[in-house]
Amino acid sequence: MRSGDAAVLIDVADLSALFGALHRRGYTIVGPTVRDGAVVVAELGGAQELPYGWGVDTEAGHYRLRRRADDAAFAHCAGPQSFKDVLHPPRARLWSADRAPDGTPEVVPEPPSEKRYALFGARPCDLAALGVLDRVLTGGDHPEPVYTGRRDGTFVVAVECTEPGATCFCASMGTGPHARDGFDLALTELVDPDHCFLVRTGSPAGAEILAEVPTRPAPGETVTAAAGLVDRAAATMTRHMPDEPLPPLIAASRESPHWDDVASRCLTCGNCTMVCPTCFCTTTEEVTDLTGDHVERWRHWDSCFSVDFSYLHGGAVRTSGQSRYRQWISHKLGTWPEQFGMSGCVGCGRCIAWCPAGIDITAEAAALAASRTGQEQS
Amino acid sequence: MDVSKPTLAVWKLASCDGCQLTLLDCEDELLAVAGRVRIAHFLEASREVLPGPYDISLVEGSVTTAADAARIRAIREQSRTLITLGACATAGGIQALRNHADVAEYTSLVYAHPEYIATLATSTPIAAHVDVDYELHGCPIDRGQLLGVISALLAGRKPDLPAHSVCFECKRRHRVCVVVAHGLPCLGPVTRAGCGAICPAQQRGCYGCFGPMETPNLAAEAELLGATGMAPDDIDRLYRLFNTTAFADLLDAAGEKS
Repeated sequence: MRSGDAAVLIDVADLSALFGALHRRGYTIVGPTVRDGAVVVAELGGAQELPYGWGVDTEAGHYRLRRRADDAAFAHCAGPQSFKDVLHPPRARLWSADRAPDGTPEVVPEPPSEKRYALFGARPCDLAALGVLDRVLTGGDHPEPVYTGRRDGTFVVAVECTEPGATCFCASMGTGPHARDGFDLALTELVDPDHCFLVRTGSPAGAEILAEVPTRPAPGETVTAAAGLVDRAAATMTRHMPDEPLPPLIAASRESPHWDDVASRCLTCGNCTMVCPTCFCTTTEEVTDLTGDHVERWRHWDSCFSVDFSYLHGGAVRTSGQSRYRQWISHKLGTWPEQFGMSGCVGCGRCIAWCPAGIDITAEAAALAASRTGQEQS
Repeated sequence: MDVSKPTLAVWKLASCDGCQLTLLDCEDELLAVAGRVRIAHFLEASREVLPGPYDISLVEGSVTTAADAARIRAIREQSRTLITLGACATAGGIQALRNHADVAEYTSLVYAHPEYIATLATSTPIAAHVDVDYELHGCPIDRGQLLGVISALLAGRKPDLPAHSVCFECKRRHRVCVVVAHGLPCLGPVTRAGCGAICPAQQRGCYGCFGPMETPNLAAEAELLGATGMAPDDIDRLYRLFNTTAFADLLDAAGEKS
């Protein structure tokens, strides 16, 4: 056992009991479901909405749903969304104000979110991403109110990865495919011979919920088989980051000619930052109504790929595509550890799959590593 | 007459009226607009015409005749803030297809008496003739952006008119990328935001009616359009629609570079 109490099994039919236990405690359950030709993150009414029998084929700039021969619910990876979409929503009102009859503004703070979320089906890379967002958005002197309000009291049901996609590289980032911590319950899906889930508890809250769900003891060989499936997932991952410390590599690559090569392919469309589960940048916007007596401040997702993002007095600092791609990868892989004490990249592969141009962060990092090696040799 | 209210004028050059109809389409907010501004010139809505100058002028349509060219200068002279509406006013519109063709041949094919037609050889955006304060893109423009700009001007603040890609808005709406998940041709990555990703949200590719985003990479976009099975001629035609001149200039520039 890696953590928690002795492992037990939940039969697939009893996942509805787990949903029921979470609903009874008032959780809004968000997790994977099929919509518009992809496995998306959405509010789930019940276990029947999980993507049973769906697999995905991913490659750089490519994602297709595929029917599976079995009914596995968690044989998918790297959808277009992550739990960031829920906890750090793309648009949020921070406060509003109305003009009082005497002309003075009366500020109305935004009430905290009334929903408490259960994140169902969080992958180990998602758990790592939550750790990053926790550090960035709640760790400093000024916790971000929207994220903090939504993250407080979340219940996390992790599902270990047994079938990574071609774009996954969590093993090389040390974030998966095993779930180690950051969850209340962790499941490992087994479809053969019986469709069931090996369950570990990661917190007292997890144990409390699990007590309301029919379970049976897990035979030793099932525990071994489940661990073997996850080990195999790690072994089958083909993508990986260069096997060297990334911050010095990125720092040494500041003037690399490779940025021109990336920029020739990069659309500066911002998709990579939007799908990244750790990209947290936002901007704020004041919205007034036509009467002029009501004002609201909204914050929404921003991206270092927009020109306005680097606007200082007199103009934008990063006008070229080269400088913007370099900024993104330099922060993600280079300066993030120094700033936050952890990697900004969790190896989920979303930026690879969901880049329309198929730009691959692992390949770009490898190219930087190769060109530096070349320079050292010459 | 409330002289303290700013005056609003709406003008039309060569266009379909769709953009100024967007103002009338603001049904829930129309009374609020009328309450904050004095509508001084808006022939689509009222025969009453007040003399200039005007605090805010909204101009739709492109310049296609010598009379248009003189008129837009007169409008500019009477307007404190001039805002152009839509693909015609910001990029010449679909009528700018003539810019790369023979106008005399066109008129001879279309009109029974082409000798009555007095037209310029090109259709050009307003900004090619006079200074423009703000541009609202799209065919037609977005209602929310129009109200946002009017509200901002009334409050004396800068309007929020992003120039980044449609993809930002698509992802902010939690939509599934139609290029990556469905292999559809989509101009979203090279097109200016503002519509709220209205077409991709319906699982259709963006056709670029808001015109080019701030730093469009048409060569990279051509790669992904080609991967969907589009022939180079089809890709070229995809750009030559409502914003034909804006995209064509970029295509020409890309062609010269390669």
